[in-house]
Amino acid sequence: MSATIHRDRLMDDISDVPVLAVNNLAVSYRNGNDVQRVVYDVSLRVKPGEVVAIVGESGSGKTTTAQAIIGLLAENGKLDAGVIRLNGTDIAAWSQRQLDTVRGCKISLIPQDPTGSLNPVKTIGEQVAEILQIHRYGSREAIDTRVIELLTRVGLSQPELRASQYPHELSGGMRQRVLIAIAVALRPALIIADEPTSALDVTVQRRILDLIDELRNEYGTAVLLVTHDLGVASDRANHVVVMKAGRIQEQGPTQQILTSPKSEYTRQLLADAPSLRKAKYHSRSRSRPEVDGDDVIVVDNLLQDFPLGGRRRESFRAVDGISFRVRRGSTHAIVGESGSGKTTTARSIVGFQKPTAGRILVDGTDITTLRGETLRQFRRRIQLVYQNPFGSLDPLQTVFHIIEEPLLNFDPLPREERARRVQHILDRVGLPQAVLTRKPHALSGGQRQRVAIARALILNPQVLVLDEAVSALDVTVQAQILGLLDELQRALGLTYLFISHDLAVVRQISDTVSVLHNGRQVDGGTVEEVFSRPVSSYTRELIDAIPGQLSPVHV
Amino acid sequence: MTSLNSTGRSMVRTDAAVIASVSSTLRRTRERAFISSATHLLRMLRHIPVGLVLAWLVIGVAVLWALIPDLFTSYSATIGVARQQLRAPSAEHWFGTDALGRDLYARIVYGAGNSLTGAFVAVGVGLIVGTALGLVAGSARSRVDGAIMRSVDVLLSIPQLLLSLSIVILLGFGTVNAAIAVGITSIASFARLARSEVVRVRSSDYVEAAFGSGGTFGRVLMRHVLPNSLTSVIGLAALQFGSAILAISTLGFLGYGAPPPTPEWGLLIAEGRNYIARAWWLTTVPGIILILVVLSANRISESFSRSRS
Repeated sequence: MSATIHRDRLMDDISDVPVLAVNNLAVSYRNGNDVQRVVYDVSLRVKPGEVVAIVGESGSGKTTTAQAIIGLLAENGKLDAGVIRLNGTDIAAWSQRQLDTVRGCKISLIPQDPTGSLNPVKTIGEQVAEILQIHRYGSREAIDTRVIELLTRVGLSQPELRASQYPHELSGGMRQRVLIAIAVALRPALIIADEPTSALDVTVQRRILDLIDELRNEYGTAVLLVTHDLGVASDRANHVVVMKAGRIQEQGPTQQILTSPKSEYTRQLLADAPSLRKAKYHSRSRSRPEVDGDDVIVVDNLLQDFPLGGRRRESFRAVDGISFRVRRGSTHAIVGESGSGKTTTARSIVGFQKPTAGRILVDGTDITTLRGETLRQFRRRIQLVYQNPFGSLDPLQTVFHIIEEPLLNFDPLPREERARRVQHILDRVGLPQAVLTRKPHALSGGQRQRVAIARALILNPQVLVLDEAVSALDVTVQAQILGLLDELQRALGLTYLFISHDLAVVRQISDTVSVLHNGRQVDGGTVEEVFSRPVSSYTRELIDAIPGQLSPVHV
Repeated sequence: MTSLNSTGRSMVRTDAAVIASVSSTLRRTRERAFISSATHLLRMLRHIPVGLVLAWLVIGVAVLWALIPDLFTSYSATIGVARQQLRAPSAEHWFGTDALGRDLYARIVYGAGNSLTGAFVAVGVGLIVGTALGLVAGSARSRVDGAIMRSVDVLLSIPQLLLSLSIVILLGFGTVNAAIAVGITSIASFARLARSEVVRVRSSDYVEAAFGSGGTFGRVLMRHVLPNSLTSVIGLAALQFGSAILAISTLGFLGYGAPPPTPEWGLLIAEGRNYIARAWWLTTVPGIILILVVLSANRISESFSRSRS
């Protein structure tokens, strides 16, 4: 709640001269002879000390807008029209050399990808010092002191040590802190943060956003926050700009956008954002009669070691004694941050790797004992849907062949029967028959994920393992796929094992949940129990980190 | 009745007016469409890579020479014309004649068959054997991989010419044997490339998904791994085509290929060597033709790999 209070207090002493005023901005990309307009007529303003969030799906033009403002459009990008006023000066027509004088000191950028944005062969200290040298901050000693000061300020432990380290020695969250240190080094009037936390785990995300908030309060810097997550925007921004297909759909104070959205699209976004929605599907799972009640998946004390190589035959324990049971026809979620062992667990259950120890029963069969032909036959009963629908479909096959393939692997069926089943399953996942002859590259992300689900379902499995199956999709598409999964579960009596890092989604669709941390299970039980009375402090931290909780919708 | 008629007539009139205006707009849109398609055509013409077109032309002509040589020349490739020895290029003999009075143009045209067939055989041997080895090595991993790739390393460590000479000596002289020898020397590079591609494809999600949906090892290999690894291997094949022609000609030049009087490009250059002071065309013209074909093959292979990326 503290952030809300800060925000309100700040609102009062915000002056009227905007730090940034963008008027009628239009940007296009040239591709060979094709000129494609991607941003149309965008106008927005950012007042001193204010946080303005640009929210939109992939392809909405939000990042292009941000890049155009700071003069960092891709080579083939062109500013067609518009005025960009920084503190009243129009910088739209400035050359790169002119822009160099304001970039870093008046306006700075926190990039999205903390791994790719730091030079791997320079130390952290050198990289923070670089911006100070470019803008002639002072003598070498002054710069060195300032670097340590900055690294301390962004909350890095042992700043002297960090300054002498290289990027690969730091975690993702630490690297993002370094990038923030670089961005605030000269106390700019405006920071553009382009999806600053999308690549990070939720708990880290919250700490980073808190840090940006603190620095903003301390220095009075304005922030233009580009994000796809309406939850993040609602927590952190004073003003929200909603973009779709290169145009502004709606803008206004956060409170107003969230409580009384005017455009249809904003309403859709609000309805689909899992973090802003309290368990919509949840009521159905409670009201659904308990099905026969046998456990279709039983995982008992699962252990998984990976050899690290090297001479001493060391090994890394990825999964350390996990046990859970999943009832037939229900959804069990495995939640954790990166490196928690959730994907390893899923792969063991599907039979892609042999556990070091422990027992996995799927529909009464102990799959740890299966090998060769029996394992192949077992695969009919359990299927996996991958996170990335761009990598999980063979680019050379047509949709028909992709969906048909599993049928060819088992009892031979006549061609007509296979075609009939493919068409039937395609209807089930809500795709038109016309896509059958297309190749995956001609489909959107959501359509591809539907194809992947169709391929998984054509063998009539009992269990579907969804490994971050909706994480790579935009919120509206994500909501559609979640709706589809729910419908399929009810129609076919499927059991889902849902692997995710996103607690908001898990809360929405799961019946039971296991929380993993560093390969250990720290919490487990029904979603209600775990979310309302978490046993471990880690789970509590995860739940608190779900964005969208500070927003006025829930206050 | 009359009123009905008049309304009917007025309706007809308006219909005609509508049709007239519609047809005029149609004509206009058609004109506009024509103009836009014309500009489109112009734009496409401007983007045609001239080098690539020329390359295809050169290869096309060479292939036609190989397939239907008698359409291109009326002279014989092996029987000389009396009293016409060592004539310089002229309207009668485009590329001149050699010491036995044979028309050089005819010998080059007929020689294309030998040289191109040789190159096809060589590339075929390298492509099939090399890709098979790479496929097995890349998908089996562990010991099989080690064994195959180390023997490939042995192949790579022997200089190509030395290797192909030794193989020809083992197999016996002749065009096909020389081609096989050249093919064997290219197995190593095909195997290495195929293996790296297979390893990349093998670790992709769709291959794992294929195993996950009950695919057997062989089927997944044939259905997913092989087709997805082939694109760059095909690019290498086009590149190897050029160097195979060169290598076969080298063997021909050294006397390890086709025996005389067979018209073969390498052999032609070798035979012309003795007359280089008096008849420059005997070495120069086949040399230029050879260079053109090899360069064209390289250009085409480059266009393959460019379109892939």
